[in-house]
Amino acid sequence: MATTPPAAASSPPTTRGFSGSARKRRSRATALPPSPGPPLLAKAMLSLPPVQKLLRQLPAGPAKPPVGGDTAEEVTSPVLATEAGQPACYSALQVDELRLLAGPKPAVATSTGPSLRHDDLKEMLDSNKDSLKLEAMKRIVAMIARGKNASDLFPAVVKNVACKNIEVKKLVYVYLVRYAEEQQDLALLSISTFQRGLKDPNQLIRASALRVLSSIRVPIIVPIMMLAIKEAASDMSPYVRKTAAHAIPKLYSLDSDQKDQLIEVIEKLLADKTTLVAGSVVMAFEEVCPERIDLIHKNYRKLCNLLIDVEEWGQVVIINMLTRYARTQFLSPNQNESLLEESAEKAFYGSEEEDTKEPKAEAASLAKRKPYVMDPDHRLLLRNTKPLLQSRNAAVVMAVAQLYFHLAPKAEVGVIAKALVRLLRSHSEVQYVVLQNVATMSIKRRGMFEPYLKSFYIRSTDPTQIKILKLEVLTNLANETNISTILREFQTYIRSMDKDFVAATIQAIGRCATNIGKVRDTCLNGLVQLLSNRDELVVAESVVVIKKLLQMQPAQHSEIIKHMAKLTDNIQVPMARASILWLIGEYCEHVPKIAPDVLRKMAKSFTNEEDIVKLQVINLAAKLYLTNSKQSKLLTQYVLNLAKYDQNYDIRDRARFIRQLIVPTEKSGALNKYAKKLFLAQKPAPILESSFKDRDHFQLGSLSHLLNAKAVGYQELPDWPDEAPDPSVRNVEVPEWTKCTSREKRKEKAEKPFYSDSDGESGPTESADSEPESVSEESGSSSSSSSSSGSEEEEEEEEEGSGEQSEDKEEEEKRPKRKDKEGSRKAAMGSAGSPSEDEEEEEGAKKAKKKKAPPGRKSHAETSSEEASTSESSSSGSDSGSEAEAKRRKAPPSSRAGPKEISLLDLDDFTPPPPQPIPSSSIISTSLVTDLEGLTLTDTSLTPAISNNTDAEVKSLRVSEPKLLSGMRIQEFPEIERLAPGDTANVVMGIDFCDSTQAANFQLCTHTRHFYVSIQPPVGELMAPVFMSENEFKKEQGKLTGMSEITEKLTLPEKCRSDHAIVQQVTSAANVGRVPCGADNEYRFAAKTMTSGSLVLITLEQREGAVAQLTVNSEKMVIGTMLVKDIIQALAQ
Amino acid sequence: MIHSLFLINCSGDIFLEKHWKSVVSQSVCDYFFEAQEKAIDVENVPPVISTPHHYLISIYRDKIFFVSVIQSEVPPLFVIEFLHRVADTFQDYFGECSETAIKDNVVIVYELLEEMLDNGFPLATESNILKELIKPPTILRSVVNSITGSSNVGDTLPTGQLSNIPWRRAGVKYTNNEAYFDVVEEIDAIIDKSGSTVFAEIQGVIDSCIKLSGMPDLSLSFMNPRLLDDVSFHPCIRFKRWESERVLSFIPPDGNFRLISYRVSSQNLVAIPVYVKHMISFKENSSSGRFDVTIGPKQNMGKTVESVVMTVHMPKAVLNMNLTATQGSYTFDPVTKVLTWDVGKITPQKLPNLKGLVNLQSGAPKPEENPSLNIQFKIQQLAISGLKVNRLDMYGEKYKPFKGVKYITKAGKFQVRT
Repeated sequence: MATTPPAAASSPPTTRGFSGSARKRRSRATALPPSPGPPLLAKAMLSLPPVQKLLRQLPAGPAKPPVGGDTAEEVTSPVLATEAGQPACYSALQVDELRLLAGPKPAVATSTGPSLRHDDLKEMLDSNKDSLKLEAMKRIVAMIARGKNASDLFPAVVKNVACKNIEVKKLVYVYLVRYAEEQQDLALLSISTFQRGLKDPNQLIRASALRVLSSIRVPIIVPIMMLAIKEAASDMSPYVRKTAAHAIPKLYSLDSDQKDQLIEVIEKLLADKTTLVAGSVVMAFEEVCPERIDLIHKNYRKLCNLLIDVEEWGQVVIINMLTRYARTQFLSPNQNESLLEESAEKAFYGSEEEDTKEPKAEAASLAKRKPYVMDPDHRLLLRNTKPLLQSRNAAVVMAVAQLYFHLAPKAEVGVIAKALVRLLRSHSEVQYVVLQNVATMSIKRRGMFEPYLKSFYIRSTDPTQIKILKLEVLTNLANETNISTILREFQTYIRSMDKDFVAATIQAIGRCATNIGKVRDTCLNGLVQLLSNRDELVVAESVVVIKKLLQMQPAQHSEIIKHMAKLTDNIQVPMARASILWLIGEYCEHVPKIAPDVLRKMAKSFTNEEDIVKLQVINLAAKLYLTNSKQSKLLTQYVLNLAKYDQNYDIRDRARFIRQLIVPTEKSGALNKYAKKLFLAQKPAPILESSFKDRDHFQLGSLSHLLNAKAVGYQELPDWPDEAPDPSVRNVEVPEWTKCTSREKRKEKAEKPFYSDSDGESGPTESADSEPESVSEESGSSSSSSSSSGSEEEEEEEEEGSGEQSEDKEEEEKRPKRKDKEGSRKAAMGSAGSPSEDEEEEEGAKKAKKKKAPPGRKSHAETSSEEASTSESSSSGSDSGSEAEAKRRKAPPSSRAGPKEISLLDLDDFTPPPPQPIPSSSIISTSLVTDLEGLTLTDTSLTPAISNNTDAEVKSLRVSEPKLLSGMRIQEFPEIERLAPGDTANVVMGIDFCDSTQAANFQLCTHTRHFYVSIQPPVGELMAPVFMSENEFKKEQGKLTGMSEITEKLTLPEKCRSDHAIVQQVTSAANVGRVPCGADNEYRFAAKTMTSGSLVLITLEQREGAVAQLTVNSEKMVIGTMLVKDIIQALAQ
Repeated sequence: MIHSLFLINCSGDIFLEKHWKSVVSQSVCDYFFEAQEKAIDVENVPPVISTPHHYLISIYRDKIFFVSVIQSEVPPLFVIEFLHRVADTFQDYFGECSETAIKDNVVIVYELLEEMLDNGFPLATESNILKELIKPPTILRSVVNSITGSSNVGDTLPTGQLSNIPWRRAGVKYTNNEAYFDVVEEIDAIIDKSGSTVFAEIQGVIDSCIKLSGMPDLSLSFMNPRLLDDVSFHPCIRFKRWESERVLSFIPPDGNFRLISYRVSSQNLVAIPVYVKHMISFKENSSSGRFDVTIGPKQNMGKTVESVVMTVHMPKAVLNMNLTATQGSYTFDPVTKVLTWDVGKITPQKLPNLKGLVNLQSGAPKPEENPSLNIQFKIQQLAISGLKVNRLDMYGEKYKPFKGVKYITKAGKFQVRT
């Protein structure tokens, strides 16, 4: 709010400045077009069908400007006037003819060239009949939809921007947004309409004006847009603010130089408390300044808490952003486990080559780590996102799933599996994306999906791409216990008609075989059987996989190799042939008889082979030459010679290289003797890995993850920090709410009937901010202890609003100057909370002057929570001039000595209420300034700040002789031993008013004097809000009829008729909570009195117009009666 | 976010385009066509295609491709889910989401798209809000419009967007207040050759049609809510209530909507209501094969199995089929090789049977695999999981509504391997 006045102040000049330039523009715009204008018209005349020509000659005054709803600018524009003029005159007369003419139009269009084709449309647009305009616009929109160019209609369309008919207007907007970029000058004509719209009293019109204005991509209006966005960002209506958030990325894409200013707006909107705005502003944040993660700190808890009530699209954006945020701010919850897990997995798989040293080292490093404790904010995020797994929106579910995957402790990640499996029933596109992500997840966290293994079974009707992904998941999930089931399932798949799928299945079997040693032989046998399959692709795929498997086994499979050698005759797939050749070469010692023969055959067909096969032939030749040179020397020479003249230089190079290496010559280098070692070295077995391995470095669910490539604008998911950054950055300072707002807050919460009740969930350990929240909800029992620091608070208060500050000043100015004759000290006590309370002071030992502050109707005062009351204390004191007492009274609104952080969940979208009127109490200058900082403790507690403004020291300041009605109790503050001049002391005292509206009287004593103090609570503050449902409310109301019901009619003043105003006024008059209510024109509030806890129910029913009926139901009739008065007074203000 | 949207029909014509930011040329769709060609089958067109300057995310619904153009990182599901929402809205407005319906209502379509997205970010996707903004076309209204010149655009402002319950419009009035709930359960199953169940689970939804005046606050409770294993909710449902009491408490949207969808896990035994006896064989070295399928109801169901349809994708080598059905009728499409047998109701006395010869392409190798049979059926008045609605209470309004609950069990993805 503080920012509103400057913004408002600055806006008029800028607008003016611009509209000047707009005018210039416009005149330029008008200067240009006349040239095309007349010829166009002339041509149009020529091409018109005879009837139309005739018509044209009919009207006498063709230059008349159009009538209708057009605005002044359009009329002044000569282009528009001429173009519009002629048709306008007769179209009014001949609507029906025009309609008829519209029919044969397209034929004319094709024959007469582009400039003329939309002639009839122009005429219809210029007519002053809305139905014709509508018809024309519909046809134009249909053209746009089909992707046809309708840009030449721009001038004719744009002048209808101010049309009264809503549908025409909307269609004009559609057109404008589409073509404004191409016709920037003309587009400017429409701007003023939107500027006017921005000032409309109706929020929806303001929003739509901003929406269209910001969608027009014309760089010249950037300043206007900027201004409009800034203004809308502080609009009263959350809907307009949402629109402002939407407009930010639009402006940013138009002119990225505005970034800094836009960030300011984003920062401001991020602080917004409404669910409506949250999603949109985070989206703007992500598009404009995703790197400014620091802007999130203060809003983090609020976003977490609001999340469940945000609309689904906003949820996705917020969750994704918060995932990134959390990665920068919290420690990894798995830092201990991850090590354990790794070593465990190693032990599981790599049992053969287990390294014994490593685990020990890890264990040592483990021990060193200190135990991990999750940041409460981290927990808050996890807890608040979990219910969203139940969303019907797949994108939300996926967003939560990725959040859990990236942020949750390992033990908790499992909860997402169920939801993801559920998505598999959805549309095939959704399945596709989900399966990709499941595939990635299942590599890291296999256990999570194991229970759902069967959900990934493949149906013959699944699309191939889905089948292959499911296969991937099944393979990832395979382990020793379930492998037999999976393999049985795979056997069904191998017989599928879908050959791509079969090939993928064979690969999958290969992977299972490499990963799970137990089944390796079974798989190998199965694959060998496939070698006799009729389908070549299947055989080829099997060969490739077998080759990989054989490499892992110590070579005892010569039978299989022999079998495969025979296949070279038949198999044509290059990869398979190459694989077989490689196998034979590698294990030629196991098949000494066959290998040379294969080489012979291959040498024969060498020239016809594919390149990869040729390379393997050379390889085979070299290996044979080294092991069995007797039989293969000549063949090798022959092959190498062929290769020497091959077209492919790779092959030529390889041949040359190998010849040098293996054939001993005089010149041959030192490597020659190692040739055998080089070629026949033990080769490590290949590892068959999932293509989804390591994809998780991309944020799951993102486009980049899906494509496995960084997409434009992708924000890296940062690694966990080693040391957690300071968590206190997320603490939220007490925002500057006056009393009333905080009450509204509460009421707001009560208003939210959906989901929000989950807020209550927050357990004691959970979030840091849940604590203050719960405190504020408790009825009055909270202790006053937190009303700490006067000074800080005061500062805050001072910032808080110009309103209150000026109050103080005003008061100070008014203060008559008095001379302090006696030099005695006086205490002025700002009575906390209620201005209406009396303050009595006694000055001097003998003179006791009592002054009552006028019972101004103000309600502040203690709420149950510490945000106690603003004390607009009416200081009263001796008015007697005889005392020359410089009594200064300062009444800083001592509100909320409340907790520094308050829960943001229930923050409202209301601006803080207007400053409370100041009781024009007579002011005495006192030397002691007493500030009542708040009322807390049991029912009511005050934390007055007592300051000594005299030049003498005050000693033993204490409360004495309280005169209380029965039942009232007062909690005195401990005696203040001494107070130096100019010092201020804060004390805490509590008063239990026992549900009575009587004042509490006591004396404030110093070592020399006594001051009478009287504090009277405003009735509205004797209660604390309670939350109840509509039904409970009705039930309770039914019990409190007759004597307990007080009804009063009232007339609502103009400004008090909106929901917002009524609720605000009522809640400012009394500390009540709003009860949800189905009916539009009815408002319900409920509260309980502090001491006895009896219910106070308020119903305000708005009748037609300004008449309203107020009903208060309460056992405490006095309270009820006074409350009625107070509320009526508040509403009448 | 979403930059542009192209609607493309099966023959590859772009029949509608809409741009939310600056215009993207139609030529970007060439990448899509390329991918489509490569995929052969429409189902296999990858939903996400990367092109040099853009990313294309598409869905295929009702013979229309919705191709959206994206320029920067965005969760793909976000776009996919949104596109489906667009298609749902068309369905809702025009009764069908077909090319002709869209072409006929192009202006309404355009207005809808304009309201649903702002600068590529979803704005109003709730059908209740949209209907307040743009009224769906009806015959009556179009007649009235042509006479009076009024339009489909609502002149009221979309107040729903401002409310706490955006899914319900204010001031709903009905003379007959009714609330209907359809509990629809689908059985997903894979039955293997020998007739044993490989996998089975129940997917259920509760679709509601609520026509109640004012602001009713409903709560729906079940006899056996623990049965529901995994539930997803319409946003109107109060999650907390469900967590604590297993009661669905909500202020309903007006009209038709899906209240919840749920899954009954495969841990519970699923009763499979039908069995299939099959004998399909292809002879080696001859151009014929035998086909013999019988469908029967399993015992103690107590209800009749209706609307039974069997579809089989025969192997490519099959030329034609000469079959006789003891009940219902069958068709075989020699182009797509799909055999459809519409059985109708199953009577236990006389089991429906389809039997005959399969003609194979001469010379072609015998198909290795027998085709799997996809079965559809329907059972009225039965929720196979045993789920039962206990009661429906209404608060907040005074009238007595008419309440109705209907149970249906259907086959979902029900497949018998042979």
